[in-house]
Amino acid sequence: MKKVIITLTAVVIITALFFYAALCGFLGIPKVSEGVSLGLDLVGGSEIVYEAVIPEGTSSDEVASGMETAQTMLRQRLNNLGYTEANVYLSGSDRVVVEIPNVDDPEEAVQMLGTTALIQFRDHEGNIILEGKDVTGATAAYGQISETSVPEYYVSLQLSEEGSKKFKEATAKIAGYGGNNNYVAIYMDDAEISTPYVDPQYKGVGIDTSTPIISLGRDDSREYAQYLADIIAAGHLPFELKDTKLQSVGASLGERSLETSIFAGIIGVILVMLYMVIIYRVPGLVADLALLLYIGLFLVVLTIFHVNLSLPGIAGIILTIGMAVDANVIIFERLREELMLGKTLRSSVQSGFKRAYTAIIDSNVTTIIAAIVLLWQGTGTILGFAQTLLIGVILSMACMLIVPNLILKSLAELPHKSLRAYGAR
Amino acid sequence: MFDNSSKNFSFVGKFKIFATISIILCTIGLAGVILTFFGVPAFNFDIDFAGGVTMEFELGTEVTRQVQDDIAKIFKDVAGVSANVTTSGNSGTSVLVKTVEIESETREELFDKIAEKFGEDKVELLSSEYVSASVGNDLKRSALLSTLIACALILVYITIRFEFRSGIAAIICLLHDVLIMLAFLIISRLPVNMTFIAAALTIVGYSINATIVVFDRIRENRKLQRGRGDFAACVDESIWQSMRRSIGTTITTLLPVILIIIFGVTSVRIFALPLMVGIIAGGYSSTCIAGPLWNKFKGDEA
Repeated sequence: MKKVIITLTAVVIITALFFYAALCGFLGIPKVSEGVSLGLDLVGGSEIVYEAVIPEGTSSDEVASGMETAQTMLRQRLNNLGYTEANVYLSGSDRVVVEIPNVDDPEEAVQMLGTTALIQFRDHEGNIILEGKDVTGATAAYGQISETSVPEYYVSLQLSEEGSKKFKEATAKIAGYGGNNNYVAIYMDDAEISTPYVDPQYKGVGIDTSTPIISLGRDDSREYAQYLADIIAAGHLPFELKDTKLQSVGASLGERSLETSIFAGIIGVILVMLYMVIIYRVPGLVADLALLLYIGLFLVVLTIFHVNLSLPGIAGIILTIGMAVDANVIIFERLREELMLGKTLRSSVQSGFKRAYTAIIDSNVTTIIAAIVLLWQGTGTILGFAQTLLIGVILSMACMLIVPNLILKSLAELPHKSLRAYGAR
Repeated sequence: MFDNSSKNFSFVGKFKIFATISIILCTIGLAGVILTFFGVPAFNFDIDFAGGVTMEFELGTEVTRQVQDDIAKIFKDVAGVSANVTTSGNSGTSVLVKTVEIESETREELFDKIAEKFGEDKVELLSSEYVSASVGNDLKRSALLSTLIACALILVYITIRFEFRSGIAAIICLLHDVLIMLAFLIISRLPVNMTFIAAALTIVGYSINATIVVFDRIRENRKLQRGRGDFAACVDESIWQSMRRSIGTTITTLLPVILIIIFGVTSVRIFALPLMVGIIAGGYSSTCIAGPLWNKFKGDEA
């Protein structure tokens, strides 16, 4: 009896802790609503996919560095527009994906973001010194700028012939400006990005090179050098970006999707739990406890791994609930058969579990195989679905095997009158 | 113990009947796939695969035939395309418009025109999706590839755990279930999109799961028989022993799916409906087809 009470109490406490952690946050685990990032189909927002239209003869290295540049450019633009929660990532060799939560006019975003950046170098009065076409490239580099300095990160520019000429003339003037006005301001889409100074030593002569460098001073870091180089290069992308996909969900529809799915899920769990108790009685109750533990654990795992949950992902979770109890259905049917053969509860529980194991493991491994193939081949929402399916199958196998095993085995030690409570007729 | 003349109905004995039902249903699905290769629009491919535009608007007024025609006319006038306009959602005040690829500028103009027509404060863009045909083709390829890879790996696993012939029987059941899902899509005209691929692959996992439980019972009973005796009787006995489990699991898996169909929004429902058909097909094939098929393959060899 003691053993039963201890096991039951432990399971109930652990389940309660998981739910507490999931709903309120606990021991550094954030609550589900904060730890899980919801997909755009649940909160509303747009996903835009741009594909590079690559001219023939472009090398794959040029494309790869161009894509990096495009990514930085898009990020900068989204920041300029105030979409600080937006997400930009590369997909495949020639696609870049932009995700913007809560955007009012997705079509405007599509048209704005994809155009080639307007890069300008201006003096302090706003006179344009160089434009995108004058700068043929920009790269981040590391090394000594002069023979006496320590190595540092800097940006190296490549200017066209005309660009070099214009740059020389302009810097000759700028170097002579007083009052801290001896700088060149670099603009992207009319937003100021950086203002490197021109050393007064160039006064009257100008910087005469096609590869001037920008020293970063206090901002010296590899990341910043790469960022600045990407921004400058964005004025001269080796390809055009064409929008190939737009998926946009309004905030109201997203919210409704989330609410109805959660509602369907809760009712689904309740019905499944009722079914188990009605059909399997005491073991059914134990399975229900294990199911609750599984759901609590699932929520915590979702939070810890920061799973990106979209609509198919939620559908995947709801589906695993039905499949989770399958492990117990197999065991309890076995248990019932053994009881019907006239065995004692104790030996029935033991052989019931033993005989059910192979079926449960073989059947779950095949589902895991399908989930792993999806994880490997799938993209976007399919990926989220595969993640939840895989996590669900593994966690449910653990919960639905361990908990009923512990509780039923200790229950079977007790003296029993009625085997009806265990499903035997 | 394995007496074929028992009161229970014999699945092996009635295999011809089950096989005929299955073949008819599967033929519809298979014909759809073959016709698609010849360019016949058997499936209602969603824009994920075919490329195109779908836009869903909340209009704030009841969607009548007249409203649908008005919207189709706006698409014709502004973009020069014919659009398929249907009511969507439960409220009866929103429309789903599906049409071919159009440019971003034109899509923006379309929204403005519709907002103008039905009242700027009432009209809301619920969702909009645009996919170019090139993306769709990539998706189709990767979907087909993942199904084939999953089948091959599952076959290897079953061959290791059981035997090759049972693996073939299990794969046939799996294809059977997916083909029935496809047949359902052809008949219901539900859109085929990327979420359907997810549903189909879930069924691949689920169907195998159900088949394995029956096969596990056959394997165990066969061991008790020490490999001798009537295999067909053993199969029937095992199917009956697994029957309560098969029904139980089908019910517990179906319950949440049916609730999604009842309460869910359109996009989830599109996912759940084929899933429901797949689960039922999976329950049927694992009981009525899988075991007798293994028996048939074994008999042919003996």
